Amino acid sequence: MTQLLVLSGKGGTGKTTISSSFIKLSHSLQFADCDVEAPNLHLMYSKGNKYSESYHGLDKAIINQDVCIECGLCVEHCRFHAIVNNDGFKVNPYKCEGCGVCSYVCPVEAIQYKQQIDGSIDLYDNTYRFSTGSLKMGSGNSGLLVTEVKKQLMKDNDNMIIIDGPPGLGCPVIASISGVDFILVVTEASMSGFSDMKRIIETIRKTKTKFAVCINKYDINLKISNMIKNHLLEENIFLVGELPFDLEVNNLINQGIPVVDIDNPVGQAIRKMYDLILNIL
Amino acid sequence: MQIAVLSGKGGAGKTLLAVNLTNLIEGATFLDCDVEEPNGVLYFGNSFEKDNVYTKIPIIDNKRCINCHSCIDFCRYNAIIDFLGKVKVLPSLCHSCGGCKLVCEENAIHEEDELLGWINYSRIKSHKVYGGELKIGKETGVSIIAKLLDKIEVNEDSVIDCPPGNGCSVMESIQNADYCLLVSEPTIFGLENLKMVYDLTKVYKKKAGLVINKAVNNNDLIEKYALKNNLPVLGYIPFDRELALLNSKSEMVSNFKYKPYFMNILNQIREEVGR
Repeated sequence: MTQLLVLSGKGGTGKTTISSSFIKLSHSLQFADCDVEAPNLHLMYSKGNKYSESYHGLDKAIINQDVCIECGLCVEHCRFHAIVNNDGFKVNPYKCEGCGVCSYVCPVEAIQYKQQIDGSIDLYDNTYRFSTGSLKMGSGNSGLLVTEVKKQLMKDNDNMIIIDGPPGLGCPVIASISGVDFILVVTEASMSGFSDMKRIIETIRKTKTKFAVCINKYDINLKISNMIKNHLLEENIFLVGELPFDLEVNNLINQGIPVVDIDNPVGQAIRKMYDLILNIL
Repeated sequence: MQIAVLSGKGGAGKTLLAVNLTNLIEGATFLDCDVEEPNGVLYFGNSFEKDNVYTKIPIIDNKRCINCHSCIDFCRYNAIIDFLGKVKVLPSLCHSCGGCKLVCEENAIHEEDELLGWINYSRIKSHKVYGGELKIGKETGVSIIAKLLDKIEVNEDSVIDCPPGNGCSVMESIQNADYCLLVSEPTIFGLENLKMVYDLTKVYKKKAGLVINKAVNNNDLIEKYALKNNLPVLGYIPFDRELALLNSKSEMVSNFKYKPYFMNILNQIREEVGR
């Protein structure tokens, strides 16, 4: 089993476009979408039965107004500013991190912790096994949900597993990196793409996971593409592909067609890149 | 007037809208709350002062610790463990709630500052520019966002560039906004994530409007949703290679011929907010 994760730092550089094509090329029987705050891969692959279960993050505080003596100790001790006195002491569930401090300091035991639904863990079971999840709005702990999504992948499988990753470099990204064999970093020819690529590379390097970079929409700004390429050379990082910009890609995505299904320059470049990655692996 | 720009999907054009609107509002403060991918400040030059943001991490005094495990039992984040008979803190899992210090009866725990990230600050023309930046390897920048939002002074105009997604950091970023500007692109991915953030704005009963970025001849996909859900479309930014080229260099496209697109959007927001 080889796990290939697609990351980018910056959002919108083409992670899902490339992942959906890689799934097609690898004839992958298992894949996952770890972008639980904005999942999209299910728009392209959602055949078969869908099994969902609730995802519970940490239990959150609830104040029993009948017992509360409004002493304010909980407000004073809550570091997340989650308790406000608004016609009685109330917990803002979007701010509560479930630490347990308020109920510890409460002298009258007015605070209890209750389980919340923070999202769902989904599995599409067809000829393929597709694991995904979605975080309920405003919830935290997306890293834990990512871990749950990855747990649904079966380990005793010889096929390549493609994982579409989240943007950024915080907890969901760190959770998605854990245990993968190879990471493809997708950047784009912009200063923002370049800056975020450097940040995600530094994050990946801390984990010592193998990775390579591809530049998407490289022809939007050739000068910046060259800057990125020079940087990769200096840093001894493998450039595994350069994909041109093509408005047609959006049309294909909108019809749910992976780009590699069509013989166009972007599709060809993704094929070439996939073969190169297989060689590295 | 406080405008929050959000999209759910990354790369839809949040930063493009946020920096260019700031550019057109005399005296407006700009805040980049996308602390994991802090690109907003790139549009405002490269001379910034850095203001560090720390988080509190517990330190165990093993001479005082009697290994009672009260702290281990209390910590809901599993950030304190017993490692070979010694109580140890795993800082990357710690949420800095202060609970362990509270429950320790031996006074064996004190807290020290650990660098979480920083706020880049600069004054550019009439604008105050703040950009949060999470230190690499850190898990969450929610407290940096809270510090950023504190920078906004009463009665001043501000524009907030939100993080992608729909998690707690986005929630934090929009809580005091007078107006939520949603940015989407005419793809099924853009639409899916637009639905998500529009729902988010409804939780806080925020006024919201939509800009369709990278607009093409046919934007039905997004327009139909907007119409059906009473989400006003304030404007379109066309897909245009010249604009993409300027923006890729982190240049303000509103300093060029694209200004009317942004001016038109801004005027409509002003009307909606009534200021």
